[in-house]
Amino acid sequence: MTGSLLPIADAFTAVDQSYLLEARQMQALSLGVHIPLVCFGISFPAIILFCEALHMRTGKPVYRQIAKRWSKVMLILFAVGVVTGTILSFELGLLWPEWMANFGEVFGLAFALEGVSFFVEAIFVAIYVYGWDRLKPRTHFLTGIPIVITGFAGAFMVIAVNGWMNNPTGFDISSSGQVTNVDPLAALFNDFFWHEVMHMYMAGFVVSGFIVAGVYATAWLRGRRDAYHRAALIIPLTVASLAICVQLLYGDWAGREVAEHQPTKLAAFEGLEQTTKSASFTLGGVYVDDKIYGGITIPDMLSLLAFHDPNATVQGLDAVPERDQPPVGVVRNAFTVMVFAGSAMALLGLLYLFVWWRKARLPRSRWFYRAVILAGPLSLCALIAGWITTEVGRQPWIVYDVMRTEDAVTGAEGIPVGYAALALTYLGLATIVLVLLRRLARQPIERELPEEAAA
Amino acid sequence: MTAVDLVTAVLVAGITAYAVLGGADFGAGFWDLTAGGARRGARIRGLIKRSMSPVWEANHVWLIFVLVIFWTGFPTAFGTVMSTLYVPLFLAAVGIIFRGAAFALRGEAATIGEARALGATFALSSVLVPFFFGATVGAIVSGQVPAPPGGGDPWDSWTNETSLYVGVLAVALGAYLSAVFLAGDAVRAEQPDLIEACRRRALGAGAVAGLLAIGGIFVIRDDAPDLYDGLTSGLGLAVVIGSAAAGLLTLWLVWDRRFGPARFTSALAVGAIIVGLAVAQSPDFLPGVLTLQDAAASEDALVPLLVAVVIAAAILIPALTYLFRLTLRGTLDTEFRPIVAADRGKEEER
Repeated sequence: MTGSLLPIADAFTAVDQSYLLEARQMQALSLGVHIPLVCFGISFPAIILFCEALHMRTGKPVYRQIAKRWSKVMLILFAVGVVTGTILSFELGLLWPEWMANFGEVFGLAFALEGVSFFVEAIFVAIYVYGWDRLKPRTHFLTGIPIVITGFAGAFMVIAVNGWMNNPTGFDISSSGQVTNVDPLAALFNDFFWHEVMHMYMAGFVVSGFIVAGVYATAWLRGRRDAYHRAALIIPLTVASLAICVQLLYGDWAGREVAEHQPTKLAAFEGLEQTTKSASFTLGGVYVDDKIYGGITIPDMLSLLAFHDPNATVQGLDAVPERDQPPVGVVRNAFTVMVFAGSAMALLGLLYLFVWWRKARLPRSRWFYRAVILAGPLSLCALIAGWITTEVGRQPWIVYDVMRTEDAVTGAEGIPVGYAALALTYLGLATIVLVLLRRLARQPIERELPEEAAA
Repeated sequence: MTAVDLVTAVLVAGITAYAVLGGADFGAGFWDLTAGGARRGARIRGLIKRSMSPVWEANHVWLIFVLVIFWTGFPTAFGTVMSTLYVPLFLAAVGIIFRGAAFALRGEAATIGEARALGATFALSSVLVPFFFGATVGAIVSGQVPAPPGGGDPWDSWTNETSLYVGVLAVALGAYLSAVFLAGDAVRAEQPDLIEACRRRALGAGAVAGLLAIGGIFVIRDDAPDLYDGLTSGLGLAVVIGSAAAGLLTLWLVWDRRFGPARFTSALAVGAIIVGLAVAQSPDFLPGVLTLQDAAASEDALVPLLVAVVIAAAILIPALTYLFRLTLRGTLDTEFRPIVAADRGKEEER
């Protein structure tokens, strides 16, 4: 389904809805709130379990202190993730009922499996966090393993659905819009699934690694440099630094997949109007009114990046009618933000890894720690910008080249009211969570006895 | 048994589990709301927090399970229900955000004002969410959702008598279940005064819920005659009688202070109501306009879904059993502490 003018594209009719943009923004807001929590869900359990394993291996109480404290943060973030995830499930139906009615059976299996992993995760998060000092150390460690697996599996399944939206397979469609020959497994393992999953998985480690490291970099600058703070800085910082380097490779892979399967989206990344041989790449700049202002143009670079061939032809936006083109400005600018933020973090990570490799110590400059603090919010920018790139780049389709977003939306009234209510709710929620996490950070660290008795 | 029957059974089982386990958690919020002033309510609020903390996430996930089975198994019905009942469902969803966040975060409150605000948010949304879910169920079973595609009236569809009644019933049933469960938890916490307090609540709520359930028959008779026929004949009637019997047995067990078995009979009484509603409208999904057979996804989609459910059961049943065993044995219990606020920093060792 890589062609863009298949007759099936008109199998559905637009719903009468004056607030399509608001509906999309409402969905985007909910996703934007949920995705940072997903990052923690993906990676934080693994990092915590790594600390607990270090404690079991070395017997040093500091690692157990870290694991225990972070597990409480994990519980709060998980609880908030549970509710924001629930909202998303509701919105799929409340905002896009035509999409669900027509395609629910095609991609539903992935959500069913996601529901299962979420369930297992909820069970073991509770056992793990409330089981400190109650379960035998080994048992306790083992109850953490399902959290790591399900955190990955859940994201994996949701991204399979997103991959399917971008690269729909596993069904046929009649000219009257009837979905037939459903094959949920083919839908699950679509071509977009692998690179999207790996890209997001690494993003999970980058985001939670840099955010947690930022907290302890702040402490470091304030002179708290004991064994606890040192370990709590080094572990997430190392994780994030390694992950961001791998992420560059995955980014390249993802870009090439998009070039092959969604050429129009790639053209939007670059703001490429016409189909061009040996297309140049503009690094940076701001896209306003069909033109990039500023930035450095590198000849042949886009062809080289997209197809690993400087002479390759890159399809432009003009290959499809205007109504099938995504809003280029949003896509291009989000893409630029992602690339810049990712590159800046990669430089920071490489610097850290280099110093560690050559000198086996942390960098001494205060600027380094300030940069680490900044890397936390920067990683969130890259994350959200990356999702805007791929999701706005998917427009005007909800199911790529098959169903338009305007055909999927609800006919319900009052979307602006719902949007405003949800925005206010999330604003309040974000404020409360930040205040409370800050307070948690100020609590005294629990003392661990070097030899704690098994409960 | 066809694939449609099996998926229907899975969906009803999921709704039943959510009504019982999620319902009890909502009910706990009801008791939190009605516990009285900061001083008087402190002990029961402490018990509620202690009981809910390790299990509420797992209990809540049943809702996700229900949604997922609903949209995968019955996509067209899902589309119509969502296009019609978006008002109560959106309100329930927003209530869930407030409730979950307030519960997760109230332990971190530093001042009495903060604790009150978070506590009130938790308690109030705990009452509103089951009401809106109940009203949604009421609207579906009383035939307010039109045939797909498109949707029905966003307000009239769920403000008929049956919908409002089922909403109120959902709140009452949750409160009843919760009081029974909390009484058992109070025994484990070794707090005699709380055992008595919860026992009184369980008896009172049991009586109210029972009367509501009986009285509701008359509401339904006038407002949704087809549903009434389903509930008063054949298998539907048998299930209704079973529910009533389990309810009476629970009252006796609670009276006799045997809270362990009462936990199960009360769950049975509430679960049977959900099953009864499903039986009463079978073979229709949307009464009068859409059968289960027509609402269901194709066999190609249902079979993999059922396989996934079987795999899920193989993983989830042992995991849930482990969680509930640890919980009921008290392994995950935190030290009992009344919620009086302004006691932060002494946050219990978990």
